[in-house]
Amino acid sequence: MKRFLSAVLAGMMTLSLMAGCSSGGDQTTTTSTDSDNQSTAEGLFPAVPKEELKVGVVHITNPAEGTGYTYTHDLGIQGMQKALGLDDSQIIRKNDVDDTDATAILTALEECVEEGCQVVFATSWGYMDYVEQVAEEYPEVLFAHGTGNKSNGSNFINYFGKINQARYLSGIAAGMKTASNKIGYVAAQDSQNGEVTSGIDAFAMGVESVNPDAKVYVKVTGSWFDPEGEGQAAKALIDLGCDVIAQHCDTANPATEAEKAGVYAVGYNSDMSEKAPGATLTSVMWDWSVFYTKAVEDVINGTWTGENYFGSMQDGLVTLAPLSDLCAEGTAEKVKEVQDKIMNGEWDIFDGETEYEDNQGQTHTLKAEEYGTCNWYYKNVELA
Amino acid sequence: MDLFLKFLVAAVAASIPLLFGTVGEILCEKVGHLNLGVEGLMSIGACAGFMIGMQTDSFVLALFAAFIAGMLAALIYAVLTVTFLADQNVSGLTLTIFGIGLANFIGIYMLGSTENGTLKLPEGITAQMREIHIPGLSDLPIIGQLVFSYSPFVYLGVILAIVAGLFLKKTKMGLNVQAIGHNPAAADAAGINVTRWKYIMIVLGGGICGIGGAYCAMIINSGVWISNNVGGLGWIAVALVIFAKWNPWLAILGSFVFGALRVLKYYMPQSVISLPTAFYDMLPFLITAIILVISSIRKKRDLNLPGSLGVGYFREER
Repeated sequence: MKRFLSAVLAGMMTLSLMAGCSSGGDQTTTTSTDSDNQSTAEGLFPAVPKEELKVGVVHITNPAEGTGYTYTHDLGIQGMQKALGLDDSQIIRKNDVDDTDATAILTALEECVEEGCQVVFATSWGYMDYVEQVAEEYPEVLFAHGTGNKSNGSNFINYFGKINQARYLSGIAAGMKTASNKIGYVAAQDSQNGEVTSGIDAFAMGVESVNPDAKVYVKVTGSWFDPEGEGQAAKALIDLGCDVIAQHCDTANPATEAEKAGVYAVGYNSDMSEKAPGATLTSVMWDWSVFYTKAVEDVINGTWTGENYFGSMQDGLVTLAPLSDLCAEGTAEKVKEVQDKIMNGEWDIFDGETEYEDNQGQTHTLKAEEYGTCNWYYKNVELA
Repeated sequence: MDLFLKFLVAAVAASIPLLFGTVGEILCEKVGHLNLGVEGLMSIGACAGFMIGMQTDSFVLALFAAFIAGMLAALIYAVLTVTFLADQNVSGLTLTIFGIGLANFIGIYMLGSTENGTLKLPEGITAQMREIHIPGLSDLPIIGQLVFSYSPFVYLGVILAIVAGLFLKKTKMGLNVQAIGHNPAAADAAGINVTRWKYIMIVLGGGICGIGGAYCAMIINSGVWISNNVGGLGWIAVALVIFAKWNPWLAILGSFVFGALRVLKYYMPQSVISLPTAFYDMLPFLITAIILVISSIRKKRDLNLPGSLGVGYFREER
């Protein structure tokens, strides 16, 4: 009897946990619809009537968390839904799909297909190989994978953007604010990760453009999500004398740590002035709705070309949060000046021709689309 | 030198959640129950402390809530393993998964009711929980920064560890408790109420773990709610119990060493020694393994290790 009761109690604990897990997202189980419309001239796939459209999204965590990577992507999905007037039941979300768990990823992707999605967005790097596999299995369903570098030119594309444009601009704000000429940067990954490293370089170049004497000090946490480590890294940078803290990691802890210490911060992903109003100068942000709206429109209009997407500030995919009152005088003018040049195509970062000197004395060129190959730090960057 | 001082201060800050978790787990293991649910207990404490702090704007009430929530969660474990003799490892693991899930669920539910997707503790409680400042003492050079400059959690943690040590070593009740851990049947025969003391110690330990969770939510994450906010510290606390040899006083030293090792990677200048971050992440566990090896080489039976650890006690089977 005791054993039975204990089993029941343990079972109840597990059940209540599962209730917690499955409460997010709108999931429906209607059957798939056939789309036998005529395809238009330029598209690879037939148009899908808006009413019959179903959009699948695979998230690595839960968008309800209100901050960070997944939240930002889901805001994009919501923006797309609003712009195109889709019903809630037409968006199928798979949340908390661990990107190291092959079974979970494949199940989530296949469920999206089975529930009738004509287009599926997978937001995390680690889904890449599995999306490739499932895209091959279902050639009539369209797949788009965020970050990453694989695609098949047909029903499997890759999407990302020139976030480094905004990083450069945020570097201007940081370079003008610093009094100690020491700027800290909390990086999730080391120099081998081109996404993080090219971002550091772009930021450092922005700093240098307004303040050639300032240096950027980098601390690496080695993890995309490490709330304690991200705060500790920021604290260590502040202890080194840094008075502006920038970041490429998931939580707002570097910014809140800066606020506690009375120094300043540059946020990432979402506007961190909500979390650290006393410290945030500006934030480097994505507006994924630009891509999601375009991609889903392509599906509806039958204009999907199978080309990869690499958006920019001009498209509105990459943005800079409004500069706060904490910024140094003249920051807004300087940022606007450079931003205007970017917007009208007069100048851009990482054009593939300009030679940059790294902190080892060697020179490199970099094309924005090939950010993944960047594994050198710009000359004013130091791994602290 | 100045940077070294700051490193020590950061190490103390990093050690405190581990100290609460370790002392809580020691109390539990002293009655022979290996509780792998520390991470879950801390998560539940984090959630309760944060949410109550958010509603009441009172640091004391938040601490109290974290303590009570940790006790209630540990009570589930106690009922399962003491009364129903369920497997301790499985129950503890379930408690971890349950605790993290429940805390995230409540957190996400609360986030859903906010306007801007941010849960941040109000100013009043933030002022109470931040670093203390004692006029005179805190201004002393070096000593002031090193001893009198922390959040109230730090002093509470050290006091709790000292009291727990005194209780276990210096009181009759404490010795009785240790007897239960070594041999519950003998303790029972000696007239000690085994079941009652097991419940008391497991539940108390859970409450202390809960306070450690509140530290994670309120200090480490600066009073901004995020999911999974304990971030694996509960597991390190379980390893620390071995490092501290089931002694709450040694736990103070042990958690300081572990805390120092955890912040070392950020304070070791790369220009001096450049090692991958993964090396530093490994260090605490490497040292725990070395300690286990050394103590087994010495071949001296470790009297601190509760003899009946992990074994359920069924009175009728004596």
